[in-house]
Amino acid sequence: MKDLKKSSGISTQRKVKTAILKTLVYLSAILIIAAVLFIVVVIVIRGLPNISWEFLTSGVSYLKGITGILPNILNTVYVVIMTLVIVLPVGTGAAIYLNEYAKNKKAVAVIEFATETLAGIPSIIYGLVGMLIFVQTFRLKTSLLAGSLTLVIMTLPTIVRTVQESLKTVPNSYREGSLALGSGKWHMVRTVVLPSAIDGIVTGCILSVGRIVGESAALLFTAGMADVIYTPLEAITANHSGSTLAVALYVYAKERADSGTAFAIAFILLILTLIINTAAKVAGKKLKRRTENEG
Amino acid sequence: MPLSPLGENGNAKKGCLGMEKVKKTAHALDKIMNAIFTFCGFLAVALVVVITVYLISSGIPAIKEIGLGNFLFGTVWKSTGDNPSYGILAFILTSIIGTFGAMLIGFPLGLLCAVCIAKMSGKRFSGIMRSFVDLMSGIPSVVFGLVGMIYVVPAVREMFNLPDGANLFSAIVVLVIMILPSVISMSETAIRAVPKEYEEASLALGANKTETIFNVTIPAAKSGILASLVLGTGRAIGEATAVMMVAGNVANMPGLFKSVRFLTTAIVSEMSYSSGLQRQALFSIALVLFVFIMIVNLILNLVVKRKKDK
Amino acid sequence: MKAEIEIKRVENDDKEIREIQNIKTPTEGETLIDVEHMNLWYGDNHAIKDVSIAIPQNRITALIGPSGCGKSTFLKSLNRMNDLVEGVKIEGKLTLGGIDIYKDIDVSVLRRRVGMVFQKPNPFPMSIYDNVAYGLRVQGVRSRVQLDEAVERSLRQAAIWDECKDRLKKSALGLSGGQQQRLCIARTIAVEPEVVLMDEPTSALDPISTSKIEELALELREHYTIVIVTHNMQQAARIADKTAFFLLGELVEYGDTNKMFSSPSDDRTEAYITGRFG
Repeated sequence: MKDLKKSSGISTQRKVKTAILKTLVYLSAILIIAAVLFIVVVIVIRGLPNISWEFLTSGVSYLKGITGILPNILNTVYVVIMTLVIVLPVGTGAAIYLNEYAKNKKAVAVIEFATETLAGIPSIIYGLVGMLIFVQTFRLKTSLLAGSLTLVIMTLPTIVRTVQESLKTVPNSYREGSLALGSGKWHMVRTVVLPSAIDGIVTGCILSVGRIVGESAALLFTAGMADVIYTPLEAITANHSGSTLAVALYVYAKERADSGTAFAIAFILLILTLIINTAAKVAGKKLKRRTENEG
Repeated sequence: MPLSPLGENGNAKKGCLGMEKVKKTAHALDKIMNAIFTFCGFLAVALVVVITVYLISSGIPAIKEIGLGNFLFGTVWKSTGDNPSYGILAFILTSIIGTFGAMLIGFPLGLLCAVCIAKMSGKRFSGIMRSFVDLMSGIPSVVFGLVGMIYVVPAVREMFNLPDGANLFSAIVVLVIMILPSVISMSETAIRAVPKEYEEASLALGANKTETIFNVTIPAAKSGILASLVLGTGRAIGEATAVMMVAGNVANMPGLFKSVRFLTTAIVSEMSYSSGLQRQALFSIALVLFVFIMIVNLILNLVVKRKKDK
Repeated sequence: MKAEIEIKRVENDDKEIREIQNIKTPTEGETLIDVEHMNLWYGDNHAIKDVSIAIPQNRITALIGPSGCGKSTFLKSLNRMNDLVEGVKIEGKLTLGGIDIYKDIDVSVLRRRVGMVFQKPNPFPMSIYDNVAYGLRVQGVRSRVQLDEAVERSLRQAAIWDECKDRLKKSALGLSGGQQQRLCIARTIAVEPEVVLMDEPTSALDPISTSKIEELALELREHYTIVIVTHNMQQAARIADKTAFFLLGELVEYGDTNKMFSSPSDDRTEAYITGRFG
């Protein structure tokens, strides 16, 4: 140890150890970047050539030999809208209850535990339960509506969590100010709390859209696999089965062995992912800035 | 940090209500809204109860008929044919081994990558890495399944000289990619949350940056990192469609280069044409999967709670 | 209020400490750290301006001055902790026993030889034992006997052995603030540094813990060269052999503590130590 004292460098053993650790760290980072790049490049190369105007704007016709994904695009839009229309108010309501109304700490703990549990349940289980509840018990048949209701349960935790986060940034003084002016609780929530929760609702909305667009296992047995073009009115009534883009990808790849179409859909999903990520980043930054300023 | 003297729900105190004359209609509306919000709040609890009840009530009949022992530890799954047999040991083991294998590779990989993003790269590079990880977590699982099916499966077949590359190994490869984002994001957050005083102390004692990260930062972040491990495990156990596309889907006992079925894929592969006891058995599989997931969730909860208590 | 308590305590403790000082007041030490024409910038902010100072071996040198005067920045340059700050630029020559600390020595070796105790006690979230053994383990010491020995010696030197010998395996975070700070001192001296830098080590502590740390510093002087940044002028007067007064990044005055506090040669020093600003 004494000889260490005067030396001006570190021991070879330490140098080697440090070098190995550093190499491992950078190697794993490079490996992961390479994997993502590979996936992206492959999807672009194999998917882009299969995309045409006709592909995007027509349905499937075996007679004419046309493969188009318009039904799947429409179904995706329908499912996204139906799910959000239900989950946004319910999820926001739950978050408001947790943050503004609940007085019992135990109740809050139970609800938060339940929300976390929902977040941890895999989508295949949602698919089965959705099938049992909505398709069978509620007699909605395999339909876009049953699929959307299933996704409502699945995305509920996301909305609750993000909205709750944004509610926490509302300073108590605002609430007290409003209540002190003599407004009722609901008036206070409507005028003070809800406007401040907008950022959280938007973020939760974007994240949910991401989950819905990418979901397949939960929809296989609830929304089904049909490739029919529906009107909006048909979409919200029972018995209209249809596949979203992600489900269609699965069907094309696994059941129809049509990897060209599958990659084309993958390309579209990739673009959607990029858009959703960018939107989430922008919204998240806004939310975070508020958290830092006021929280 | 500004502290409110009233605390989180201070506004709920009655003080203001007594001194004001609340209009009757407003008061009624308040009550209605209160009820609505309470309903929304407890909806999550109701849903968990409903899901549990449905899974148990539809999963129990088949287990009763087959016998719990035969069901859980039976090694033969032959759901069609004259003499059906419903043993799901192969699925259980495949799920466990597949998940374990994916974590064995994915967890260290993800942790090292998180270290790289949080501590060992410049702002620009870490920003780039971050967006790659975000992209990876946003890509739908079927897309990973597709790429796995078209590229990983043939590659595995050729590399190991097999008749078919759709096997447990391919499934593990795809699962690794799928759990990485969760592991990376959560570990990164945990690593970033370590107070910089710890690192300064270590540096001031003559440890270099790498030694500091591995000797002080990572141990200090261990509960968050542990949580990422559990979270990744949950994701791997529950993944269905991507695995479906690469695992080969034959009800074999697990082997690294054997075509296998996971608990999740066992459900997916027969659900659409099943009926009678076979269908009920699939629900029983879902119940078993649910039990696994609940155990993982419980562990996650414990880990996170312990972190909060510290 | 605080000042009153402070003064009372000073009256009580002064005698005792002065006795220790009298016994061991060393003769003029050799220069260990030599700084010549040092300048430091944080981006555009010229934080240290042309400072030259010779810090003697086995002495306590105190750096005093109002907040933001550069004394902490200067201290952190001596073990290159400033390297961690983005956009920092340093000019001038800083040597430790003749070695240029910015050129001729690996930074982790420098930091082992020049240890540091921080303002806020910052023990690692590990056991007391692991805290003290940390530095040695990093150096590659694996032998249990050697580690046990070093841990006990360091804890004894830091006057905390009796308080924690029965709980070495317990988390260091269970100790009180003052104990934590002494543990941090033990951790620092476990790697046998030549210099111990202390960055306002008592500012987060109560008066009793403060006096314990001060006594400790006086005892450690025998083995180590100590450079201490302090806000508390009485503290400088009580324990330091040499005192340096910093103002707005400049070294205004540097000399024997007794002389500086009795007859400062610069008006600004006098104004500061008589409490006219700060």
